[in-house]
Order: sequence, then C-alpha cells, then structure tokens
Amino acid sequence: MSELSVNHLLGIKYITEKDIQLIFETADHFKEVINRPIKKVPSLRDITIANLFFENSTRTRLSFELAEKRLSADVINFSAGSSSVKKGETLIDTVNNILSMKVDMVVMRHPNPGAGVFLAKHINASIVNAGDGAHEHPTQALLDTYSIRERLGDVAGKKVVIVGDILHSRVALSNIFALQKLGATVKVCGPKTLIPKHIEKLGVEVETNLRAALNWCDVANMLRVQNERMDISYFPSTREYTQQFGLNKSLLDSLDKEIVVMHPGPINRGVEITSDVADSKQAIILEQVQNGVAVRMAVLYLLASKIMRDED
Amino acid sequence: MSQKVLLNATEVHIALHRLACQLIENHDTFSNTVLVGIQPRGIYLAERLKELLETEYKIKNIQLGYLDITFYRDDFRRSGKPLEANTTRLNFVVDEKKVVFIDDVLYTGRSIRSALTAIQSFGRPLEIELLTLIDRRFSRHLPIQPDYRGRQVDAINGEKVKVCWEEQDGEDAVYLVKN
Repeated sequence: MSELSVNHLLGIKYITEKDIQLIFETADHFKEVINRPIKKVPSLRDITIANLFFENSTRTRLSFELAEKRLSADVINFSAGSSSVKKGETLIDTVNNILSMKVDMVVMRHPNPGAGVFLAKHINASIVNAGDGAHEHPTQALLDTYSIRERLGDVAGKKVVIVGDILHSRVALSNIFALQKLGATVKVCGPKTLIPKHIEKLGVEVETNLRAALNWCDVANMLRVQNERMDISYFPSTREYTQQFGLNKSLLDSLDKEIVVMHPGPINRGVEITSDVADSKQAIILEQVQNGVAVRMAVLYLLASKIMRDED
Repeated sequence: MSQKVLLNATEVHIALHRLACQLIENHDTFSNTVLVGIQPRGIYLAERLKELLETEYKIKNIQLGYLDITFYRDDFRRSGKPLEANTTRLNFVVDEKKVVFIDDVLYTGRSIRSALTAIQSFGRPLEIELLTLIDRRFSRHLPIQPDYRGRQVDAINGEKVKVCWEEQDGEDAVYLVKN
C-alpha cells in the first residue's frame, strides 16, 4: 500500500489526488468498523492526541474525539475559553507545554490562517488542521467529497456549486481544492460582496443567479451564513439573502433534475436552506456527519502510521 | 531464488476433501457453525471449503464471512511499510456460535492472535477453532495451534511458503520458496 505523501494534514492544497484516494479507501474500511456491534479497533492504543480548539466548535471537535476514541488513542482536550491563552501565553508555548506531556499528534482549530503550518514548522508532532481562520478545513472537504463519492459513485466529472458566504469560508476553499484534485468542476454562487476577488484564478466560475447555478450542477453545497465573522453588512438583510440565495423546496422541485444537497452544518434553518429541504431525501447532511468520523479515523490512522516509534 | 513443490494440485484437492470431512465430523450440519476466512489469503481456502461442503457433501446454508485483522495487528508502526487493510464482510453476529477461522498458512501465530481480538467486535463466540492448509511448525511466537491442518511443514525462517489458488494465481499448488 502506498502511504501519505505528507506528515501533517494542514490543507488540501498540500496533498495529492493519490493521498485523497488513499484516505477514501481507508475510510471505507473504517465506515464498516463504526457500523459493527463493537465499534472500536486497537490500532492507535499507544498514541496520544491533543485536541486544541482555540475557536469554538461542536461537531468537528466531537467528530475528531469520537474518531480518536474509536481508534483507541488517548485523548486530551483543550479549549481556549478556559485556558492560559487568556493570560497571554503564546501559541508555541501553549503547544510545547502540552507536548512535554508526550503527545504524538495535535488536532488544532485556530482563528488565524496558517496557524497549523506555523506549528508544523516549530514543533515535533503530527498536526491535523481542524480549521484555521478563513483558510482551510481539510477534513470537512474530505468528508464532503467522500459523501459525494458515496452518493454518486465518483467525484470525477461531477459539477458542484458552492453557495453562500465564500469569502469567510474555509470549507469553500478546501472543497474547491479537493473537488478540483478529484476531477470535478466547481462554481461558486453568492452575493458579490461575499465572493472573494480574483477567485476565478482558482479555476472556478462565479454565478450570481442561484437558479442557473442549481440547474447546472449535480451537487449543491449550501454554506452557512457566518454572522459571527461579518464585521460589516455584506447584504441588506437576512430576508433578502434568503430570497436570492436560500434553497427552498419549490425551487428544488422546479429544477430539471434531482440534485444532491449538502450542508457542512450547523444549519441556519430558513436562511440558507429551509427545513423541508434539509430533511428531504436529496439532502445528505446526516450522511456527511457519519462519514466525518470514518474519514477522520482514516486521516489519523494514516498519519499515525508515519510516526516513528521512540524505542526503534 | 528457487522453489520446491510441497503440494501439487491433486494433493491440494485431497487435503481439501480431508479437511472438509474433518469439519463435518465436528460440526455435523453446520447449523450453529460459521466459517471465517482471514483476509487477505485465507478467503480463497474458505470459499473452496464452503463450495466443497455444499456441492460434494450436500450441506446447505453454510455461513461464511471474511475478517480483516489489519487494525488489530501488533506490528502497527513497527514494520517499515504501512499495513494495508482489506474488506471485512461478516453479515452475522457470532454470539453463541461455533467459529472456524480459516487461513492458508499458520506461521508465527500473530495473525490468529489479532483475529481472536478482532472477532470480539462481532460478539462472544461459543468456541473458536482454527483450520490452516499449511502449518509451519517450530516457528510459533505464541501458544496457538491449529485444530485442522492440511500439511505440516518444517521451513526455516529465510524460507517462505507460497499457497497458490486457481482462481487467483492460475493453479492450485503449494511451494516452498528459498531466497
């Protein structure tokens, strides 16, 4: 079997298509494991993983923690709200303190783009980026593309539109990289104010008409409106956003074909998608959550297999 | 590299028939018995035995599963190359069942040790037996012995026992390969 070309998962940008396929194949096996009566394997029993969350997260943290526990790793959790970060400690100091407790891997979410890359240069542990600012969220992109592969058989040749707040979204950027590496075509759709300038340079087309975008695509990934990141008004009102870029059942039913609807969560029901769409058969939102655990197990397993044992 | 034939096609077939008969002696109608082929190479032997039991000995509805032991191995991060996983396909719970592990070659016993751990994820079996086509004796690292064996072989550590199956390798044969 081949192995990953990297020692850290810092972003989809840094990994190859072969790496993604390897993660998918490994995730297939873990998906079988997590559907067994006893959902645990002993592979990582001598590995300690620190989950460092310098920014709020519920599902990503739970998903990583569950993945780690299913692999029998020892887990320590840290969240910035209740720590010395508030007292002025630097990132490297915080992490080095934790590593001196013999931690092998670090899963980190941080509000600053590039925090994972910075850490990987300075400390001796395997880093998994669980979201760094508006930069990348690689495991989310992996589970999204894995879910597309599961539903549609393959990612290559598929047309995917990412709708909503592209500007503040690390999910969008990682998804664009992952989808393109796997051979899909990507469009983005949203208010002009929430589309980054020069995004065409990444090889994606911009579409401002939601109906046109949905009629074109096989898969629509509806991003959350990230009110907490919007320091100024990017659109006049939530109601206007919903009218132009919200997906409701009548719009979905009026399309030429059945498309797959995705959402990285948490959903603002009634804003980016309505409840009847979120709960419809075309939505694979809960599959995404289940696949998240399997994909994260695969990432942790494959990275851990590259950590050398001290005694050897 | 040279290789010597340990079993030719006829001898493999005789051994398969004997192993099938020995299984019938102990398991009768297989009503409470499940066969579990150990991935990757044990599944061919397991498929063969199931087919033989069903066609030649008219035993119906034999349950067969594949068990992959990769995530239970004790050499994770010890061997130079990454461990490759295979598909586990067990469509039944092994609770209160008689389980027969089937593998092609028994060498150090470490795979079977891993399989014993892995099978626990599917319930608590009534008992577990082990069937192997080739038993490399004097090479065990663990106190594990087969209940059914096709042929005992004395091979030194530098040598390798290669089991070939018609459906996979084009012929039924067992070779001793010397480097």
